[in-house]
Amino acid sequence: MPVINDMIPEFDLFQPADVDGALELLAKHDDAWVLAGGLDTFDWFKDRAKRPDVVVDLGAIDQLRGIREQGDGYEIGALTPLSDIENHEAIKAKFPMLAQAAQAVATPQVRNQGTLGGNIVQDTRCWYYRGGWPCYRAGGNICYADTPTSMNREHCIFGASRCVAVSPSDSAPALVALDAMMVVRSRSGEREVPAADFFIGPSTDITRMTVLNGRELLVAIRIPSTFAGAHQYFEKVRDRNAWDFPLVNVAAAFKRNGATIEDARVAVGAVAPYPMRLEAVEAQLRGKNADEATGKSAGELAIKGAKPLRHNGYKLPLMRNLVMRAVRDAQSAQA
Amino acid sequence: MEFIQWAQNPWGQEVPLRISWDLFWAALIVGAVFVVGHLVIRPRLLKASAKGEDSPGSAEGVPEKVVRHSMVSRVFHWVMAVAMLVLLVTGFLPQVGIQFPWVTAHWVAGLVLIASIVFHMVHASVFQSLRNIWISPGDLREFIQEMRHSMGQSVESPRKPGKYPADHKMFHHAAVLTGFAVMITGVFMMFRIDTPLFTRDPYLMSDSSWGWVYVLHGLGGVGLVFLTISHVYFAILPEKRWITMSMIFGWISRDKYLQNHDPERWQATEGAEK
Repeated sequence: MPVINDMIPEFDLFQPADVDGALELLAKHDDAWVLAGGLDTFDWFKDRAKRPDVVVDLGAIDQLRGIREQGDGYEIGALTPLSDIENHEAIKAKFPMLAQAAQAVATPQVRNQGTLGGNIVQDTRCWYYRGGWPCYRAGGNICYADTPTSMNREHCIFGASRCVAVSPSDSAPALVALDAMMVVRSRSGEREVPAADFFIGPSTDITRMTVLNGRELLVAIRIPSTFAGAHQYFEKVRDRNAWDFPLVNVAAAFKRNGATIEDARVAVGAVAPYPMRLEAVEAQLRGKNADEATGKSAGELAIKGAKPLRHNGYKLPLMRNLVMRAVRDAQSAQA
Repeated sequence: MEFIQWAQNPWGQEVPLRISWDLFWAALIVGAVFVVGHLVIRPRLLKASAKGEDSPGSAEGVPEKVVRHSMVSRVFHWVMAVAMLVLLVTGFLPQVGIQFPWVTAHWVAGLVLIASIVFHMVHASVFQSLRNIWISPGDLREFIQEMRHSMGQSVESPRKPGKYPADHKMFHHAAVLTGFAVMITGVFMMFRIDTPLFTRDPYLMSDSSWGWVYVLHGLGGVGLVFLTISHVYFAILPEKRWITMSMIFGWISRDKYLQNHDPERWQATEGAEK
């Protein structure tokens, strides 16, 4: 079991100057740990729940930073601080929900240090897992959060498969709703993975939350212009109004023609082990008026199939209402 | 190489987690060595077998097509085979780095396997002769005699077998053992995943007992990897193909029957299985 320490266990620190150097190190060291902003990393290290022998610090790789126009969209380097995204004029104008999602993360200090890439690939906050218990996700054969006596208030209502932890990211649902592409690089080349496919659940791999294997890096996030300037909505509910992870968050984008919704994207976070795109809800919204009734039925549809655990039944009305509010906001914005 | 993975539970006890996945690779290697070894001695076995086929029994009263497997038996075999392959693919591929959502397919295939085997047990007990497949000390003696004869030792060629030769019976017994190990432990393991059948309760057993359940499941699984390799290998060998074809069409020819079976031990019938 972990004991919180001021000192972290020793490791070999590498600080490559470019992506190729980082990838070479990852290929060379099987258990290398990738360090970006360090906000997830140093929790693990100080708890001594993770003890890698090798840490690859990406901090010196400038090519991973910055927000650039690319084609008809934008490319954001994975190491770009969340505060840069929150304050970027073009992002605020074209993709306001991403700026709002970045702003909803933790505190200003954390957002100055924390990176978009880190926020996307951060590990789950299940406190049994973070506490160093030998659960499924940690390589064991039990989920301590899903037993008749577990404390599972923050855990999932969808997508459980042996593990009931949730994706805690605020930016991830926004990127899913914006049809973003994750740029993943390895020594064998570069590939683009749609944000909705980038995150994987425990039924696919119980020890990872994304498709990244130990030899790959998320180097950038490309946001197409599909929903640039369209009506967007982001809302996060948490126990306290700052420095907290979401209980549920919702990100939605709507293309409208007058009162009619022509196209929509709705994604919800912290209800499943991955940011969950609500395709059934999107299909139902297409061609409908953005009004109270549409919002209510979208909310009801959103929670269909949810399986709450002992202590997280509250997430059902919370998620239903957040989806409803997202649709209702599209109505109020057009009025 | 470690055989079992261990961990410390929250109460500080050392408990087993599962088998080491190295054992999967070991099963593959043993399977490959077995195949290569058999290919090496195969010419001798074929030679010895050809001598036996030179002395077929009397064809009197033997139908042209001798029924070996009823339709029910064949359907069971292929359903079980598909379920087994799905179980092996979903059980082991994720462990070697090929990731896909495997859990649901795994337990559903497991239930299909259990249902098919329960059906087989009832069907075989009621409609078939268990003696056909049950191995006896005499079978083992004849198997050893057969091996020695095939290897050129000066021992008499053993009597031809009944419906199933000793090596088939041994395979069946090994499959029964490993199959029951994975099925019984698999049912318990369903209490640790989300299914419509059981209320999830990881505290059904102690951590240590659960660990041994996982170990037994894994051992049965790697055992089945080896058995599947050997079974598929023999099924595709040209000299064994008539047996494989009988599992598809249900019958063997009169010649194959007389060359490979003792009519006194397995009476040929046409149209109905005994």
